Amino acid sequence: MSSVCFYFQVHQPFRLRHYTVFDRTPHYFDEFKNASICRKVANKCYLPTNRLLLKLIRKFGGQFRVSFSVTGVLLEQFHKYCPEVISTFDALAQTGCVEFLAETYYHSLSYLYSRSEFADQILKHIEMIEQLFGQTPRIFRNTELIYNNDLARTINAMDRFDGILAEGADHVLADRSPNFVYQPPDCDRTRLLLKNYRLSDDIAFRFSNRQWKEFPLMADKFARWINHVNGNGNVVNLFMDYETFGEHQWEDTGIFDFLSHLPYEVLKHPDNNFLTPSEVVERYQPVEVVDVPHIVSWADTERDLSAWLGNAMQSNALHEVYRLEGLIKQAQNEHLTADWRRLQTSDHFYYMCTKYFSDGDVHKYFNPYDSPYDSYINYMNVLSDLRKRCLASASGSAALTSA
Amino acid sequence: MKVFMLGWEFPPFISGGLGTACYGLTKAMSNLGIEVLFALPKPVEASHATHVRMLTPKPTPSGTEIEYAYDEMRNVRFLAIESMLSPYDVPQQYHEKFEAVIRTKRQVESAAGGAEDQAPGITHYAGDMFTEVHRYANAAVKLAMEEDFDVVHAHDWMTYPAGNAVAAVTGRPLVVHVHSTEFDRSGEHVNQMIYDIERRGMHAADRIIAVSHLTRNIIISRYGITGDKVEVVYNGVERNGNGDAAFMPRSGIGSEEKIVLFLGRITMQKGPEYFLMAAKKVLDEMENVKFVMAGSGDMMHRTIEMAAEMGIGHKVLFTGFLRGDDVERVYQMADLYVMPSVSEPFGIAPLEALNHDVPVLISKQSGVAEVLTHVLKVDFWDVNEMANKIAAVLKYPPLQLTLREHGNFEVRRLRWQDAAERCARVYSDVMVHV
Repeated sequence: MSSVCFYFQVHQPFRLRHYTVFDRTPHYFDEFKNASICRKVANKCYLPTNRLLLKLIRKFGGQFRVSFSVTGVLLEQFHKYCPEVISTFDALAQTGCVEFLAETYYHSLSYLYSRSEFADQILKHIEMIEQLFGQTPRIFRNTELIYNNDLARTINAMDRFDGILAEGADHVLADRSPNFVYQPPDCDRTRLLLKNYRLSDDIAFRFSNRQWKEFPLMADKFARWINHVNGNGNVVNLFMDYETFGEHQWEDTGIFDFLSHLPYEVLKHPDNNFLTPSEVVERYQPVEVVDVPHIVSWADTERDLSAWLGNAMQSNALHEVYRLEGLIKQAQNEHLTADWRRLQTSDHFYYMCTKYFSDGDVHKYFNPYDSPYDSYINYMNVLSDLRKRCLASASGSAALTSA
Repeated sequence: MKVFMLGWEFPPFISGGLGTACYGLTKAMSNLGIEVLFALPKPVEASHATHVRMLTPKPTPSGTEIEYAYDEMRNVRFLAIESMLSPYDVPQQYHEKFEAVIRTKRQVESAAGGAEDQAPGITHYAGDMFTEVHRYANAAVKLAMEEDFDVVHAHDWMTYPAGNAVAAVTGRPLVVHVHSTEFDRSGEHVNQMIYDIERRGMHAADRIIAVSHLTRNIIISRYGITGDKVEVVYNGVERNGNGDAAFMPRSGIGSEEKIVLFLGRITMQKGPEYFLMAAKKVLDEMENVKFVMAGSGDMMHRTIEMAAEMGIGHKVLFTGFLRGDDVERVYQMADLYVMPSVSEPFGIAPLEALNHDVPVLISKQSGVAEVLTHVLKVDFWDVNEMANKIAAVLKYPPLQLTLREHGNFEVRRLRWQDAAERCARVYSDVMVHV
């Protein structure tokens, strides 16, 4: 049996506005830029792809199934800038063929810095998904698929998740195949699904690459590769950014045609089907325990943390933002908390990455700043203003209690 | 391959980046085995010439030509033509210098009792800078006729007439190397005569080497040259071991104080007033910082006055022109090097700062901004952003650390050897064509 498990990551950060050391106003985010990017991507990707998926789900009478993780910060932006997108996700949710996963609401690296913040953000995300789409997530994916044994144990201990997603990196798998369900050590409930990065990246990265020897990639060819898994695997985990459709791979690359033909080509083989992650863990027993003592992620070729934590600026910015936790919790001010949490979104630290910066590559494409240095300066200026506000609020409340 | 090169200045007699560039390029060419005959419009003062070896001084009717050589450049021979040309002069300054020379000569001669109508020494100099440029050209032609070479290479406008003449007399191809244009030095108020000399030189040249795409664009748009004639060859930087400079007593600067450095000629081109305006904004925000302006130039007095008028006179230190060890020391003290140039064809100084582990902030209106990525960049007129970035470097130590680490690594890729190889390719091109 080969089951295809699609999972799409849907995320946009709250980008910061230009904020100098001389700025004093508590408005940190670039409304105009965020609105225009959100609407642009909605028109190029979210709306047309949601529509196509809905059509396919109806056409195949429930045999075609997918899953999403939509971050809280993007859902907030949908509310503000293009609420119709939420309705189209809701329409997908109502089909019963679409599963929504849980992650940290703010797409943050809180797992690495604050366990209480990590738990709070997951619960906040679950609450929002329940409210919007009427389902309670049973599968967890951490920001950028950052994962290790300890994360699995933490998630298992929350006793609400049946599975967790991670990167099927070579050094994690050794000679194992990503096409099975695995079990993290010391976890009775939570199962592990590993991304098949070769087949995932064929769609997400190589699809429009004319130098690639498999170019052009057609749905029938891709379905044949899936068929090969039959007999030596249970599930092909295709995990990718949702923006692959229409935004990273533009419409004229034929990505939508590919997607619209794929279910038919895959289902042609009687042993194939589509499953959502929680259906995968229900149907297949874990074959082995996979030990991942060191952190893996799905980023870059290194599959580690170096995209967010690779230089002194990134490490400093992260430490500084989490150092504010005490002050923020003390202040109990919802504006301060919201600003602080939006500053935790991993994208802010990704923009500060100096890896490959001289070569100008994918990091540059997604970067609203001219350089990682500009991004760090901007972030730190915002953070020091937030800190001032926290201190002012703390001294204000101290004055109140003493009076 | 043998090159007849015409320059303005050469270490140790330098007043700016041109001499450094000529030195680096010539040394690298020598290492590549290219023979260079370097003619310089500069009197050689023996007292400075410690690492220069004199060959054969020979007085000629056109002036004293002195041959000398650097020990470290085996394939280079220098021909000095006594002249008062110096690269960054303006006609008025030249005139003042000329007057001064005449006065001294008259005094010397009247003291000696010689009553000739004209002192013989004065014939070595012409009365205005433009005549002097042509006198230099004449001397260069005479030198060139005694030598054999494959190509003529002239650096910046004062040597273009000489290059043109030498090429015309010998029939060798002419390459002109544009390190700076009149538009960089003077903005829109160009000196028409200098512009004309530049334009004639560029049109006469078989090929033009520009130090950046910024300069290449100026050459194409302002001088009416077609793009296929202009090559970009970026400058390099000498990799010198640092850290051996003596400790400089931080006189007037507390040990807790941060130092922001401006190092260069204090002229309109270098944007000293933008530096001060940014300094003022930074000082409104933070206390423990000093701004050091190292260099001299025609805007120095104006700049000192401006600092005083802004009420930041006590926070801005002027050191005058620095040489050798003093440069090393000032780099060692600096937390940030700022080059706010209004129009900088290339800008070697930021590379030297990076070489000395000092992070840099450069204006986007500089050629060097095309090759450096691990630096801070700002529009020269955007003083608010300039101040923002200066303050950030001083406030957030990891920024300084990351810039320094990556910048020092990046600057190693900019080698004079590559520049020399690209020049050699240009030579081969023009030698085939002509």
